Amino acid sequence: MPDLQRTSLYQFHVDQGGRMVDFAGWEMPVQYKSILEEHKAVRERAGLFDVSHMGEVDVTGPGVQAFLNQLITNDVSTLYPGRVLYSPMCRPDGGVVDDLLVYMREPNVYFLCINASNIAKDLAWMQKQAAGFDVTITDRSSDYALLALQGPRAQDILQSLTGAKLPILRYYHFQEGTVAGVQCFISRTGYTGEDGFELYHAAADAPTLAVALLRAGESSGLQLSGLGARDSLRLEAGHPLYGHELNDDLSPIAAGLGWTVKLKKPAGFIGAESLAAEKKNSERRKVIFFKTGDRRIVRAGTVVLDASGETVGSVLSGTLSPMLGEAIGSAVVPAVIANDPLHVDLRGTSFNLQLVKPPFVELKKSA
Amino acid sequence: MSEILPDRRYAKSHEWVLDAGDGTVTVGISDYAQESLGDITFVEVPGVGDTFAAGEVFGVVESVKAASDLYAPVGGEVIAVNEELDAAPETVNQSPYADGWIMKLRVADAAQLEALLDGTAYAAETA
Repeated sequence: MPDLQRTSLYQFHVDQGGRMVDFAGWEMPVQYKSILEEHKAVRERAGLFDVSHMGEVDVTGPGVQAFLNQLITNDVSTLYPGRVLYSPMCRPDGGVVDDLLVYMREPNVYFLCINASNIAKDLAWMQKQAAGFDVTITDRSSDYALLALQGPRAQDILQSLTGAKLPILRYYHFQEGTVAGVQCFISRTGYTGEDGFELYHAAADAPTLAVALLRAGESSGLQLSGLGARDSLRLEAGHPLYGHELNDDLSPIAAGLGWTVKLKKPAGFIGAESLAAEKKNSERRKVIFFKTGDRRIVRAGTVVLDASGETVGSVLSGTLSPMLGEAIGSAVVPAVIANDPLHVDLRGTSFNLQLVKPPFVELKKSA
Repeated sequence: MSEILPDRRYAKSHEWVLDAGDGTVTVGISDYAQESLGDITFVEVPGVGDTFAAGEVFGVVESVKAASDLYAPVGGEVIAVNEELDAAPETVNQSPYADGWIMKLRVADAAQLEALLDGTAYAAETA
């Protein structure tokens, strides 16, 4: 695979039998043994993922809070040191540049985690929007590795390697500490719908940390897991994926992320006017989640039909839910018909889309 | 390294054929094919009595990754299909050469079997 980037865990993945594929320009493990088994391990026990391809950005300076509040749709002023915030970052027309996590380390010192596929685009966008703000934006993507430890046994496994008091570290909070001697941001976040942690650390330390975590998790049934399981876990949890449920043509309002769009922020923000107008527009589109009752996967790009057979939308994501044993997915359709009978045609067989309010499975996230 | 059994013949499209010696054959997909597909989530099998020409699509095997057509390695009439795959498609991953068989055919023209690859040739094909 020419010209693909590799994380500092590339050799580790190969040694562990990872099946390496091109993901957003990165050579990453899609699976080790089985996507379905890895998925179930995360729901029932714990899984360990390398997500070092994600981008990290330092944003610092006296103007940082005002800048970030212009840049993203959610409200940074609610943060305090140690708090994490999820937010889309929109264009003036409401389309999404990327969705990201904001970490407040201390006043005027913030850290962002962005999607791997958008690193160059995001940095250019942020630099452009920073004009007039007293801030410094620094790409730290190649400095950091990121391991995600997810699942009901994640806390027990991680606690055996750190002095950090994990029981008091709440969901969407983080602290700095050491894990197996490796300096980390220990963040109680994730993309699977399960309790768990994301560990940001120096790229050179990743092999040490990954091996230590695998060993510590052995007796708990920790399963090394690839990006295939990560995708089916996030879809089962109802989390959007940039490029599918969110993109430059699909706004957070359409995606059902209205809770992240704070139209009342006093200084406004990029995209506020468009998003406010979209909210009131009766012709807006809506992302729906569905299941079919059948095992046949309804893949992204499949057209969605109404009762009369007219094309009314398209599928954004689709997979087989390993926990339900049936096809699940998301689609975009006009909001006004979102509750009408909809179906898809797969190789000549018609399947009704049964609307589901995600998550598709019961989740026991930490408080 | 995927397993290739010497007792059967293979199509370039990765189906295998096992000759029962009585004018019927069993058809499945190779270990290489199941491994490339990854977790198999659905197998669409034909109906008993359906007839196919060699090279014709007789079913579909779906994995988390993709849906792939199945091509009849030889022509003939379907005399049995593996009903177990409906509830347990992962059997094709676990046992591609035995429990994961897909259909049995009454062969129309036994000469077509000779046109398929033997184990050695198929090993070269998938190397």
